[in-house]
Amino acid sequence: MEFAQEFINQHAILVVSLIKIAVLLFIVMTALAYLTWFERKVIARIQSRWGPYYVGAHGLLQPLADGLKFLFKEDFTPPMVDRLLYILAPFLALSLALTAIALIPFGPPTGPYSHLFGQPLFIIANSNIGLLVLFAITSLGVYGVALAGWSSNSKYALMGGLRSSAQMISYEVSLTISVVGVLLLAGTLNFNGIIESQAGYYLHFIPRWHVIPQIVGFMCYLTAAVAETNRIPFDLPEAETELVSGFHTEYSSFKFAMFFMAEYANMITVSSLATILFFGGWLSPFPESWTWQNYLPGVGLVLLGVYLFFDTIANMHGIARLQLAVVTMLCLGGGAACLIPPVAAAIQGPFWFTTKVLLFLFFYVWMRGTLPRFRYDQLMAFGWKLLLPVSLANLVITAFVIILPLLMGHQ
Amino acid sequence: MIPISYYLMLSAILFGLGVVAFAFKRNIITIFMSIELMLNAVNLAFVAFARSRNQLDGLVFVFFVIVVAAAEAAVGLAIIITIAHNRRTLNVEQVNLLKF
Amino acid sequence: MSLPLILFFVLAVMAVAGALLLILAREPIHSALALVLVMVSLAVLYLLLGAEFIAAVQIIVYAGAVMVLFVFVIMLLNAGTEDRTHISKIATWVGIPLGFFLMIEIAHIFWHARMTSAMASGAGVPYDAASTHDLSMALFQQYLFPFEATSILILIALLGALVLAKKDE
Repeated sequence: MEFAQEFINQHAILVVSLIKIAVLLFIVMTALAYLTWFERKVIARIQSRWGPYYVGAHGLLQPLADGLKFLFKEDFTPPMVDRLLYILAPFLALSLALTAIALIPFGPPTGPYSHLFGQPLFIIANSNIGLLVLFAITSLGVYGVALAGWSSNSKYALMGGLRSSAQMISYEVSLTISVVGVLLLAGTLNFNGIIESQAGYYLHFIPRWHVIPQIVGFMCYLTAAVAETNRIPFDLPEAETELVSGFHTEYSSFKFAMFFMAEYANMITVSSLATILFFGGWLSPFPESWTWQNYLPGVGLVLLGVYLFFDTIANMHGIARLQLAVVTMLCLGGGAACLIPPVAAAIQGPFWFTTKVLLFLFFYVWMRGTLPRFRYDQLMAFGWKLLLPVSLANLVITAFVIILPLLMGHQ
Repeated sequence: MIPISYYLMLSAILFGLGVVAFAFKRNIITIFMSIELMLNAVNLAFVAFARSRNQLDGLVFVFFVIVVAAAEAAVGLAIIITIAHNRRTLNVEQVNLLKF
Repeated sequence: MSLPLILFFVLAVMAVAGALLLILAREPIHSALALVLVMVSLAVLYLLLGAEFIAAVQIIVYAGAVMVLFVFVIMLLNAGTEDRTHISKIATWVGIPLGFFLMIEIAHIFWHARMTSAMASGAGVPYDAASTHDLSMALFQQYLFPFEATSILILIALLGALVLAKKDE
């Protein structure tokens, strides 16, 4: 025990980082799986049908079934592919997509509950150029797509890969420029610094989030982000009716699952970035003085547990009843735990962050269920001829508005 | 603390390998990539010197080298595409119309 | 054997391996990926040297845009296997050793060079805690003219590449 304590004190960085990485990886993988469930349910409701409801209560075990299916499918490598690139591409895509999540702060870096053995708890890599590193990782993500298309030795895959990577590098320019307005307001590239520059309130109750002065930048960012992650309405390169699934046509079972997970992980990264840059990250929208907001997560979970309890009794039969009873117990237990004051105060940052990211993910899925897709030339024309000039204009006007008081002050 | 001469040796090795690749490869695009390798080796030397002399000017140079290399890559690849369309080959030994 | 030294050797081996793969690969796309490996390992070396902004710029611009352009051109031109060269035997047996001798010569000079005090001091922007802020101040105050000239250079390169790559209608 003494030895363990001594070891932890000396190598705190390593131990705590490993713990954080393990926990975050587990949470992110589960979130990816249930994001597919969420998407299928929401799109089904938009289209007036039920979605998965057979595998487990409310279809909650559907991701498990899908995962097992991917594992047990035949892993077929087409002949005459470039083997090194064929195997490298999905690994590259998934590892880059997951690396980006290491930079995201889930909670405040300072505070009574945000340190574990002296190391910051809510972020894995607190880098002073965090935003640039995230863009670097996004830039490298193009390789996964391009190499998958090239190495598959198939016309559809090559066309899909080329189109998809051309789309990604076109919208990457607008993505980075639309963010610079936020940087001008925040003055730092560090994520925690950007979030802390959004503290405070206009008129005592409107939070000083960057979405209010930078509304044009936010809309440019959102459009470019949807295009960057190849989601509807920008998903022509991988649409089923157009190019037989585009650059991942020739991939099966686990490698396809890796591309699939990489796409959802990119969605999570981009949504997290939108909350950090424009919506205040882990800051709460209510003023600090309203202390009742500490109990929101606990009360929310308890209410969810009560609803699930009535659902279990009224609607479920057989094994689904047992499964939903377990979920109900978890919700009620978690809700009770979140109502204890120290836990409630500690969990505030991650709670608000997760809520905002979930709202963005819902918006993504909503767009998928509702909008038609762009044709490829419309897509490229939109990216270069409309989005880039609007982002540049936003940057110039923001810079001008910031520097105007200084110019006036000199006179 | 790593001695700066280690970085400079690595830069020299990379530069030498770039020269060898430039001299012995036949594909135009690979020759172009060896030029980029040489530029990268030079960038490493610049950053190492900036660290050892404790000045930022080396980093500014690296910034400009990267930018100019990007512009050069764009124009060079456009020229290569034109050559490939006209001569139907990417072998540099066959682009020899101006040879005496 | 401190951790930075181990990291340096790992990255140096990666960079040299990438450069060797560039020479020895039979297909241009493998050479392009080897060059991306070199650039990424150099970016981490810049981080070891404390130049964090340059590391990020190297990955965003060089590895993430310039090399993607190379990969695109290789895919579009369908550059297949590298042809076997008909180079003369003398060139192979004399040339390659001379190339390596050049490399060893430069490395030897660098290894035994001593930084004179005149080089160590001198006017320039101090490096301590080279943050993005210091670099951008230097870029926009002392080096403003090269910055603007480079912007115009990029514009000219953009227009030139567009004109060159356009098909004649």
